[in-house]
Amino acid sequence: MKFETYSSSRESCCDREACAPVLSASDLSLFYGRKAAFRGVNLDIHEGCITALVGPSGCGKSSFLQSLNRLTDLIPACRIEGTVTCCGKDIHEPATDLIALRRRVGLIFQKPSPLPFSIRRNLDFPLREHGFTDRGEREAKMESALRDVCLWDEVKERLDSPATSLSGGQQQRLCIARALALEPQVLLLDEPCSALDPISSGAVEDLIADLRNRFTVVVVTHNLAQARRIADDVAFFWVKENAGRLIEHGPAEAIFSDPENELTRAYIAGLRG
Amino acid sequence: MKSLIHRQRKPADAFAAVILWVMAMAVSFVFVWIVFSIVAGGLSSISREFLTKPPEFSGRSGGISTVLVSTAVILMICLGAAVPLGIATALFLSEFTGNDEWFGRLVRRSLDVLAGVPSIVFGLFGSVFFCRVLGMGYSLIAGGLTLACMVLPIFIRSAEAGLRAVPEEYRSTAAALGISRRAVIFRLILPAAVPGLISGLILSLGRAAAETAALLYTSGYVDRMPESVFDSGRSLTVHIYDLAMNVPGGNSHAYGSALVLVVLLLIINGAATWIGEHGLRRRLIRS
Ligand SMILES: Nc1ncnc2c1ncn2[C@@H]1O[C@H](COP(=O)(O)OP(=O)(O)O)[C@@H](O)[C@H]1O
Ligand SMILES: [Mg+2]
Repeated sequence: MKFETYSSSRESCCDREACAPVLSASDLSLFYGRKAAFRGVNLDIHEGCITALVGPSGCGKSSFLQSLNRLTDLIPACRIEGTVTCCGKDIHEPATDLIALRRRVGLIFQKPSPLPFSIRRNLDFPLREHGFTDRGEREAKMESALRDVCLWDEVKERLDSPATSLSGGQQQRLCIARALALEPQVLLLDEPCSALDPISSGAVEDLIADLRNRFTVVVVTHNLAQARRIADDVAFFWVKENAGRLIEHGPAEAIFSDPENELTRAYIAGLRG
Repeated sequence: MKSLIHRQRKPADAFAAVILWVMAMAVSFVFVWIVFSIVAGGLSSISREFLTKPPEFSGRSGGISTVLVSTAVILMICLGAAVPLGIATALFLSEFTGNDEWFGRLVRRSLDVLAGVPSIVFGLFGSVFFCRVLGMGYSLIAGGLTLACMVLPIFIRSAEAGLRAVPEEYRSTAAALGISRRAVIFRLILPAAVPGLISGLILSLGRAAAETAALLYTSGYVDRMPESVFDSGRSLTVHIYDLAMNVPGGNSHAYGSALVLVVLLLIINGAATWIGEHGLRRRLIRS
């Protein structure tokens, strides 16, 4: 099975009924050895929307995110049950092209993770590995990705210095730019702001809001105010019987104004978690 | 009550400190004494001729040029065999087998046992396997390959440690960007592990350059200029051994050769460190 790369000429559709979900988990469970990280999750990720995953620590949000592009394959003890489909295709099929899948569904880690290269090479290396052989084309993509994250003006003079010389917030934006340069369809962000100071955190939040409609975004956040500001959909996770569960999900306004579940209501009211 | 921090030091503490200090001094003294005696005994033999002339009268006079050439050839053969094989094995151990898989455990355990095997046993193995079974006879290549077998366990284990020291984050970050396993290994992990690989290399080269027993019956002790790798040749260490044990009146040249060997080891060490720090690291950041 082949995932074609995403083409940018696409109508925005945050209309949940109109289009099929980009990513869809059905009855998905994940185990580390014998311990379940989460169980029985059914969740559709809608195209062009920002979906926020909220819930207390340890309820399997990061694990869920990483299972969406099979990054959990890297952990030998990790086992998955259930299915994830990306544009209707089961990603766990043996024929899945992992490289294309991960290019299509990019992931940003909680901790900024620049590679031990220069700023330039951090963007150049993945592009080259994905078959962009023309140097000029790579440079153009690099510049436009860095402009997208408002980093270009800050780094254009020092593209050849080590990426680790950037501040934490700049590093995180560099990581987002690096993923954007590959033109993913879906961007998964795991608490992208939690390791940052408030100013950088605000900058990254604005950036995520700007990505709406251009990309499908799934963002894990501990910050309910942030979820309320940027999310179209919200999914609420909670630990029950020693495993993470998806308690409730739906449009953000519904979840925040009138949640159905008691736990959700309490969590949003700031009473628990 | 007095705070714990400002409590008086007990006499026992002071006693322990004195003991440790004396031990440290003893170790330093032994080291200084060795270096001093080599320099004192060898400096008078060192001259331009000593380095450029072949030995005469079994090494009592003349120089060590042929011995230096043989040593260099043996070391190059040793590295040529050990480095690619060692890096490949270390990659296999660190990237393709988990820490607790039975096969990886078996390989690691075997390597640790091999690393502790006395060098003379490797010499015996080499003289049977390379010299006789493979028909190489007493030759530089048999000596070099025997040394490669001897240093491989240390090299592999330290190279593996260097590869494992590369943060796991780099691997997951690269995987999340959809970068192939091959590119992750060759363009990211290997370059990032260069300092660890270099230190493994230095350790191995040091062991190889200092080895005598394993060479006695593999590369032999002919002190002529070797004409090919299939000729027998004498390494510096064998030369020192021969001068000191079998050649009356050979002591001053034995010291001279020892001094050359020590300086050689220091140069190897410095060069490898410099290459690791300046050459390869910088290329990694830039290119
Ligand atoms: N690599 C791992 N190996 C074993 N257990 C893990 C691993 N990663 C996470 N877990 C466990 O899985 C559960 C869910 O973790 P995680 O997905 O990180 O939750 P969250 O991101 O919501 O805090 C936790 O109990 C955690 O201890
Ligand atoms: Mg997490």
